[in-house]
Amino acid sequence: MAKTGILNTIRKKLTFWTAVFWILIGFGLYATIVRFTQGLGAVTNLSDNVPWGLWVSFDVLCGVGLAAGGFTLAAVVHIFNIKSYEPVIRPAILTAFLGYLLVCVGLIFDLGKPWNIWHPLIMWNHHSVMFEVAWCVMLYTTVLALEFSPVVFEKFRLEKPLRIIKRVTIPLVILGVILSTLHQSSLGSVFLIVPEKMYPLWYSPFLPVFFFISAVMVGFAMVIFESYLSARAFNKSLEKPLLMELARAAVFVMMLFLVLRFIDFTQRGVWGYLFRLQYETIIFWIETSVGVIIPMILLSIPRVRKNENALFWSVVMVVVGFVMNRLDVSIVALQASNGAAYFPSIMEIGITLFLMAVGFGAFRYIAKNFPIFEPTTPIETLGTQKIKVTVKPKVAFMQTAKNS
Amino acid sequence: MSYGILYDSTQCIGCEACMYACREKNGLPENEQHKLSDKNYTVVKTTKDDVYYRRQCMHCQEPACASVCPVGALEKTPEGPVTYDPDKCMGCRYCMVSCPYNVPKYTWGSANPVVSKCQMCYDRIAEGKLPACADVCPTGATLFGDRDELIKEAHKRINDNPDQYYPHLYGEKEAGGTSVMYLASVPFVEFGLKSEGYDKPFPDYTWQAMKEIPAVVATGGIFLYGLWWLINRRMEIEKGTLTEMSESKEEHDG
Repeated sequence: MAKTGILNTIRKKLTFWTAVFWILIGFGLYATIVRFTQGLGAVTNLSDNVPWGLWVSFDVLCGVGLAAGGFTLAAVVHIFNIKSYEPVIRPAILTAFLGYLLVCVGLIFDLGKPWNIWHPLIMWNHHSVMFEVAWCVMLYTTVLALEFSPVVFEKFRLEKPLRIIKRVTIPLVILGVILSTLHQSSLGSVFLIVPEKMYPLWYSPFLPVFFFISAVMVGFAMVIFESYLSARAFNKSLEKPLLMELARAAVFVMMLFLVLRFIDFTQRGVWGYLFRLQYETIIFWIETSVGVIIPMILLSIPRVRKNENALFWSVVMVVVGFVMNRLDVSIVALQASNGAAYFPSIMEIGITLFLMAVGFGAFRYIAKNFPIFEPTTPIETLGTQKIKVTVKPKVAFMQTAKNS
Repeated sequence: MSYGILYDSTQCIGCEACMYACREKNGLPENEQHKLSDKNYTVVKTTKDDVYYRRQCMHCQEPACASVCPVGALEKTPEGPVTYDPDKCMGCRYCMVSCPYNVPKYTWGSANPVVSKCQMCYDRIAEGKLPACADVCPTGATLFGDRDELIKEAHKRINDNPDQYYPHLYGEKEAGGTSVMYLASVPFVEFGLKSEGYDKPFPDYTWQAMKEIPAVVATGGIFLYGLWWLINRRMEIEKGTLTEMSESKEEHDG
């Protein structure tokens, strides 16, 4: 009897998703050990023909892109001064910060000699896009840490650092926006040097511009995506009017992206490639219709934007299309010239899922224990309204505790 | 002086002496891979019409690999060779992705991996010796010397025996010029040298975008700050008079 009682409580606690979480963590740790003791060849399907795979394409290229909600919203709230978006800025900054930390960890897995990861600090080659990327990662992760720091200071009631960080908010946000612009675009610039290797639908001298615009597009989508999931996970109401507006903004960015890409096709005279019965062309059309055309049409319909679920699934399409775009540029477009097909190994996928699980876990923990979601006090008044600030984290904590 | 290698496929008898000399010089194991890899820095192959050809690092005049290396582990030396320093390398493998000739390979099986490629026996050249492959070649199919002299020699060969040669010196202009150049009786596409017609140095493709960075930073910074200032000021004016605002600000700061 006692035994079944214990089993029942275990069963109750071990819900499906926690089980998945711990399986991913366990397998990830195992793969990590193999990776660092036996090398990249032992865990990945990478080869001399395919030097970059899932970790570069997904963990780094998509990771940085999906963190774009951080700088887009920081600009919206602090530069454009649209303070009504404050309720969604903290989750966006947190996502971006965790995203960038995971990109750094992903790089440690992917770099052949990760112990030399600090070399760009002292060994400079300013002609290298990768050098620019390295500096953007370092600097923007620092900026994100600082942008996130008020949350920590509030939690532990550190008034003085809080006041200092508030005062440098604007320069910090401007720096963050510039670094993000450089970083998002530079990830596209990475591929400028292989004009003869890439499928013409993806190679373009405007790759950096496309990477930037699509990052802004997915930045909006990610904020909506997160807000929807957080609202469900933490039992809070959805900031619906705000998200509807963001969706509308995303529609315009999508239009811009689409128009520019087709202008580029015209300029380079590659329209012929759009109508070939060929693997790459088919993938291109899936990417473009799933990620841009269909959600653009859907989100331009007010009724879709008003419906929570329709809104959510539309932005899921944008995110999926964005991920496809990055994978297409970095894997599919190069496949023909590489002369080798690539599909990630179980271990590669395992480590990617491991990092994502760590990210989700960290987000959940921080969202529960730090003032991320409660109605935020406007930044300017934080210093003066001491009582409000100090009380709130506690209330939030009690609320989440009640809910869970 | 900038050195180079002229490989004349019409004189190559496919003896593979260069392959063995290269392995010995670089301490690479015997293997039957017959392709460029972490065990072969050069390889002798045949086209479908049984024409011998050799592949190795082209040692570009403006190498894509050296331009993309974030830490400068790959370097174009004044003497011609493109060298690699494993102690600087952090293993991003951008060199492998960027190389128009797919030359750099990787020791995937190692937990401390390195990029593998021909370095034109830079140490031997520094000692005044020939690269191992050129030293051992029995027919003179692999010639080592001053790059400008080799170009002259190559054009002389094409002019003297127009029937024998495909009328092009590969590497004189391709990818902005390479230190390793090819003569052959067949089009070079058959050797897997696909970049014919890409005479612009590959680093230029990147630099077109990279050179805009200072402008983006400067205009971006000014634009964003100006925008913030404008919007903020307008909102403050809307909220109340400027004097009231500055008072409350002092209070806030105090």
